[in-house]
Amino acid sequence: MKKALLIAAALAVTGTAAAAGKLEIFSWWSGDEGPALDALVKLYKQKYPTVDLVNATVAGGAGTNAKAVLKTRMLGGDPPDSFQVHAGQELIGTWVVANRMEDLTSLYKSEGWMSKFPKDLIPLLSSKGGIWSVPVNVHRSNVMWYIPANLKKWGVTPPTSIDGLLKTCATLKAKGLAAPISVGDSSFPQPHMWESIALGTLGTQGWADLWSGKLKFTDPRAVKVWTNFGKVMDCTNKDSSGLTWQQATDRVVKGQSAFNIMGDWAAGYMATTLKLKPGTGFGWAPAPGTAGTFLFLSDSFGLPKGAKDRTQAVNWLKLLGSKQGQDTFNPLKGSIAARTDSDVSKYNVYSQSAAKDWRNNRIAGSLIHGVVANETFTSGFGGIVAQFVQNKDANAAAQATQALATQAGIGK
Amino acid sequence: MARASIPTRAAPRRRSFNSDRLWSLVVLLPSAVLLAIFVYGFIFRSGYLSLTDWGNDPAQALSLNPVIKYTGLTNYSNLFGGLLDSRFRQDLVSTLFFTAFFIVACLGLGLGLAMLLDRNPKGEGLWRTIFLFPMSLSFIVTGTIWRWMLQPAGGVNALFGLDPDRHAWLTSNASIWRFDWNKLPLITAVVVALVLLGLASRARQSANRTQMWVAIACAALLVLWAFTLGNSVKMTPVPEYHGFNLAFIGIIIAAVWQMSGYTMALYLAGLRGIPDELREAARVDGASEWGVYRRVIFPLLAPITLSAMIILGHISLKIFDLVYAMTSLNNLNTEVPALLMYITAFQGNQFAKGAAIGMVLLILVAAVIVPYLASQFRRSDRS
Repeated sequence: MKKALLIAAALAVTGTAAAAGKLEIFSWWSGDEGPALDALVKLYKQKYPTVDLVNATVAGGAGTNAKAVLKTRMLGGDPPDSFQVHAGQELIGTWVVANRMEDLTSLYKSEGWMSKFPKDLIPLLSSKGGIWSVPVNVHRSNVMWYIPANLKKWGVTPPTSIDGLLKTCATLKAKGLAAPISVGDSSFPQPHMWESIALGTLGTQGWADLWSGKLKFTDPRAVKVWTNFGKVMDCTNKDSSGLTWQQATDRVVKGQSAFNIMGDWAAGYMATTLKLKPGTGFGWAPAPGTAGTFLFLSDSFGLPKGAKDRTQAVNWLKLLGSKQGQDTFNPLKGSIAARTDSDVSKYNVYSQSAAKDWRNNRIAGSLIHGVVANETFTSGFGGIVAQFVQNKDANAAAQATQALATQAGIGK
Repeated sequence: MARASIPTRAAPRRRSFNSDRLWSLVVLLPSAVLLAIFVYGFIFRSGYLSLTDWGNDPAQALSLNPVIKYTGLTNYSNLFGGLLDSRFRQDLVSTLFFTAFFIVACLGLGLGLAMLLDRNPKGEGLWRTIFLFPMSLSFIVTGTIWRWMLQPAGGVNALFGLDPDRHAWLTSNASIWRFDWNKLPLITAVVVALVLLGLASRARQSANRTQMWVAIACAALLVLWAFTLGNSVKMTPVPEYHGFNLAFIGIIIAAVWQMSGYTMALYLAGLRGIPDELREAARVDGASEWGVYRRVIFPLLAPITLSAMIILGHISLKIFDLVYAMTSLNNLNTEVPALLMYITAFQGNQFAKGAAIGMVLLILVAAVIVPYLASQFRRSDRS
């Protein structure tokens, strides 16, 4: 009897410990991005010291491994309390349509976020009258990187249109630079470059029409995207399929190529890892033809239905969306805050210029980083780009893309 | 096996339910149950899922209780003839080429090394360890090492001063021996006809005339069909060319590096198992050194070659980790069906199609393994 009481007491103690709070967050931030997440976790623990925070990180670039783990957990009925996901259709087209997420509109209203995030952003995070995730950071996808000293040596300036880019490419080739533009493999750097070329070819409205279904992928204007992409690929390094995005950036830094189109994590790589000074050591410009548009992607956290520790998870989301949370995380991660009222003095020169554009430019969503299309589309699209790079058949690529869009339900 | 368990008159002891048998049953039961559920149960589940539409509708793919409709063989017909799945067909072609080169190179290199070691060189034990060592690594480690070595502007190219544009080990976009996928019925028919003719010549050697004529007649019929009706069968709406991607050369080098030591060990064991008297006898009969190998040793090694082919064959058909480590995902030049299965199911959320790719792989592997197992069982039966 005594023993049974003791056990019951012990159970009660652990029971209350659990009631004091537990929170499991799921992300793919490890390695370089680990410290930024750690800072957020620390902040959370300061605010809610009794909560036992479990940081379930699955390493792997852009979350390829983490997403597979997450899927098996969700299908097995064991969702984490809150998980990282690229904001937009990657979340909506995968988890929201499957009715697995909670609507966060009331949280946005009670925290006053409706006016703190850019107006163009909220529709991209919403569908069916709900807002589905809290963006922690913003990265820009359509940036072209170069080394100012090298451009001066070659006597060229950063081109502002796609025709200009091709002309500059011809000039540089004539000067003996075999591959004026550098690009990495087809896992994501090549589709990444494709979306900047597409935005530059179609313009902001045309790009949006593509994803709302108003503009077909087989439309001559959309076929032109592939033709342009093919011409740009002709300016790139032949060994691209063996290079990571960092190695493609290295080519620019070493002067083997003049330009590279990559997201602005490249700024973090050049400033932190390669110790180049933003603005003088390396320079940047919007990808040709995309000035005035901010092609964005965002890491965000959502609230799955059936989360075991809902209250703690909501507190976590509140922290992520707060000014303090965003300004703690982003300077370390090398991204900018999604909020427009962030303290820019905490950021480096590049991020300050990006933050300015984030507040003034039109905003468009990245394809390959999950904003405008669901996972069925993006994963199939990688294959189409890789195939196009092999055979350079613009019409076949356009037809395959349209078939894929129909299958994935784009523009429905 | 079945025949061996039939009780014979020579053993009049009661066979059922003595305590030994009971114990063996109890001990085996857990693994039998686990095997039944986690291997065969899941094979059947995948097989069933591959006949459904799970994942075609994103709204149903990941919902808590997805509505899954039975669609028959749609997934398979798409894989082999649909507009969107040419990627799968290229992967299939790639994997067949890869398997052929991988097996031939491993067998050749393994046999060569074994023959060298069989001559008892100095420090044989050391050499054996060195050649066998790569097998102790996982494919992920091998892949990472060779990825460094075959870098366009580093590794081997830098070491030997090779031009990275001409020595694109892993990054070549070129492909050779291209053929139109629509000609697949023709190609298959010709290959099967050739196999049948081979059978016919064997039947002739064993003086089995009916078998010979049946085989010849089947071959003739097949070829006839292929060049008349078969020629008008269109697999895909547009002509579609697939071939051997040269970027696979790097992968083949790494895979052969990893596995040829294993075939060497197999062959060495085989060579050591051949009694010296046989060689001596052949030499006394006046056979040259080459003649000894050709007429005595190689025929005795044939069963080992078969085992090695089976093991290498199923490794190469289901290979995933090596390619993943060397060229990562979404690299069409070096993609294999197992990678595509992962991408389709876990990135694209098309679980039914992923299951269908898995079943195709299973059938391919089974086509290699099952005849081997059958022959093994028959042999152990006889003994």
